[in-house]
Amino acid sequence: MSDLDQFRRETRAWLEANCPPEMRKPMTSDADTFWGGRNAKFSSEPQRVWFERMRDKGWTVPDWPKEYGGGGLDRAEHKVLREEMAAMGARAPLSSFGIWMLGPALLKYGNEAQKKEHLPKIAAGLIRWCQGYSEPNAGSDLASLQTRAESDGDDFVITGQKIWTSYANYADWIFCLVRTDPTAKKHDGISFILFDMTSKGVTTKPILLISGASPFCETFFDGVRVPKSHVVGTVNRGWDVAKYLLQHERAMISGMGERGVGRPLGQIAADSVGTDEQGRLEDSMLRGQISTFEIDEAALSAAAERAVDLAKAGQSHPAFSSAMKYYGTELNKRRYEILMSAGGVDALEWESERSRGGARPRAWLRTKANSIEGGTSEVMLGIVAKRILDLPGA
Amino acid sequence: MALVLTEEQSMLRDSARGLISDKAPVSHLRALRDARDATGFSRELWKAFAEMGFSGLLVPENFGGSALGAVEAGVVMEEIGRTLMPSPFLSTAVLAASALTRGGSEAQKAAHLPKISDGSLLAALAIDEGAKHRPLQTKLQAVRSGNGFRLSGAKAFVVDGHVADLLIVAARTGGSAGERNGLTLFLVDPKAKGLAVERTAMVDSHNAARIEFSNVEVNADHVLGEVDQGGALLEGVLNIGRGAVASEMVGLSEEVFGRTVTYLKERKQFGKLIGEFQALQHRAAELYIDIEITRAAVLKALQALDGDLDKAGAAVAVAKARAGTTATRAVQEGVQMHGGMGMTDQFDIGFFMKRARVCQELFGDSNYHADQLARMKSY
Repeated sequence: MSDLDQFRRETRAWLEANCPPEMRKPMTSDADTFWGGRNAKFSSEPQRVWFERMRDKGWTVPDWPKEYGGGGLDRAEHKVLREEMAAMGARAPLSSFGIWMLGPALLKYGNEAQKKEHLPKIAAGLIRWCQGYSEPNAGSDLASLQTRAESDGDDFVITGQKIWTSYANYADWIFCLVRTDPTAKKHDGISFILFDMTSKGVTTKPILLISGASPFCETFFDGVRVPKSHVVGTVNRGWDVAKYLLQHERAMISGMGERGVGRPLGQIAADSVGTDEQGRLEDSMLRGQISTFEIDEAALSAAAERAVDLAKAGQSHPAFSSAMKYYGTELNKRRYEILMSAGGVDALEWESERSRGGARPRAWLRTKANSIEGGTSEVMLGIVAKRILDLPGA
Repeated sequence: MALVLTEEQSMLRDSARGLISDKAPVSHLRALRDARDATGFSRELWKAFAEMGFSGLLVPENFGGSALGAVEAGVVMEEIGRTLMPSPFLSTAVLAASALTRGGSEAQKAAHLPKISDGSLLAALAIDEGAKHRPLQTKLQAVRSGNGFRLSGAKAFVVDGHVADLLIVAARTGGSAGERNGLTLFLVDPKAKGLAVERTAMVDSHNAARIEFSNVEVNADHVLGEVDQGGALLEGVLNIGRGAVASEMVGLSEEVFGRTVTYLKERKQFGKLIGEFQALQHRAAELYIDIEITRAAVLKALQALDGDLDKAGAAVAVAKARAGTTATRAVQEGVQMHGGMGMTDQFDIGFFMKRARVCQELFGDSNYHADQLARMKSY
């Protein structure tokens, strides 16, 4: 038996013994996600148990080095762990922007002190992070951001406004893009900096969305004092860090469609529209939409697997995450259009207990942001055209 | 298993690409078409294929082959797709070799497989009867007669049927149209009495035939596999074929796309390279993404076929359906973005469009496989 087979066997046995049955069911609401942080609360005892067991093994961040609180798994082992977790439907023990976005950027660009300070706290779910990127006048054109960081002795003093800051009102710390050189060309005067959201001068204001929820905030900085040692990478070279992090953000968003979906679409549709004597959906056009969707979904999942294997083989293109982000988000929107169509009138209820507070239409509306956040679909296609296909212009 | 080619598979790709791009660029197909060549492919090239070990790729080693799998067959098919090389590789080296290896008796294997390996035997699979691929709807009757059977009916779209030395024919020995039970595969000599072959020139200038069977006598020892139980064997072989055709479509799509992107970087209108226009950039980017995702789905299916053939059905349906829609999109964008030039016979792009249409139909189009997937998932 190869070492990897051995690892698979042990992993499966450990997961079987340690993952509570409640944590193997599909997630049905945001309360099922554990985000960690200073004010974190577990929504259930099994959620706490599962998180703590995984944390103690370093498996909240299985592929990070052990010295920073990770599991120290290599890519092949990490893939095995993901496959085994997926096979039993095990939920992620901890969700966080620290894991998905900041961690990879710190591992690449952070100095040793920054890694030692922040990574273990992310792994242990002690600090919840938010992302200060977009501004009211810097959306798709992110590099035109205007939030100022002015040098004052050992500190920067930060003034400006961010928008679409996910969960800023719950976050403990922020990783933020600020302009440290207003005279340089727009990509060259940006720095990537970390600070505590309880710092004097930080305020957040939730934004009510079409889904009725407020996952995003406006975030205001009024003379926030941050030590210069909190800059990640080189001052004025923050765009490199920002782009690298965006690759991870895009990979995360493209995978959203795969997470916690639960029952197959065909079965969900069968419940509401019914089937004929041969077991086929009564709505033959919907049946075709669903199977075409499932073909594309299975293909995307293969592509995601392949992207990891290509990276491992050193054959991946750095801009490929833009391709996956584009396809994954458009596909997720399609999934919810199908779910709404399958649900018919029942899927229009907004408040009733029966509809779990309108969970489906709210989730449907939420997906419309997928192709906007982290770079719009149009921006993704532009990146693919220019950086991968090398098409001329702009 | 990692979803990338191994080093050995990459080497196989390089050697196939070397031979095919050198000896059979698109101009090779064009020349055969213009000459109205009776064979429709180059026997000399097929000999070269045999010498490289490609014809025996799937044949067990004790019958002169190299006992490789669907992934390797897909690697060669993808290269064939890049230049549209007409070749009996699919009919003989993939379909017939798989059918004989999986369903054949020792005597049948010994009689045919070594000849497939050395390139001296051409074989064809005769399945379809109507306008669309519906293997379970097989009506061609095989009636017991003495020590054997008599076959009556008709087959269409028999790839390489006009040159085959051996036909593998799906017939009904029991059950009724639509049922899986009652299907039997037969090894039939195309020179047998009562058998008439009509070569059908197809839109893509590749080879196919219509074959009429009128009381064709076949010995009982020419049954491939079990009487009435050929459905599972057939489905497995067809799935290998679907994986192979999906690979061909990946190669074809990528080639068309590459040529199209090159054109976008050369052609000027309104004082600009047309590749500068965002409308075209975004369409090109979408097509690139489509092809990459399809490539992954196809490799996934090929690996599944080499893993557990009986469980590969869903992955194959996904791959064939995706490859069909991707290739259709690639050739349509290819012609459109080449403008008027894309409509001319002088330009190669039209050959790709024609071949993509044929590959769509071969062993079930995208709609067929979407329907199959829904059936597998019970909705």
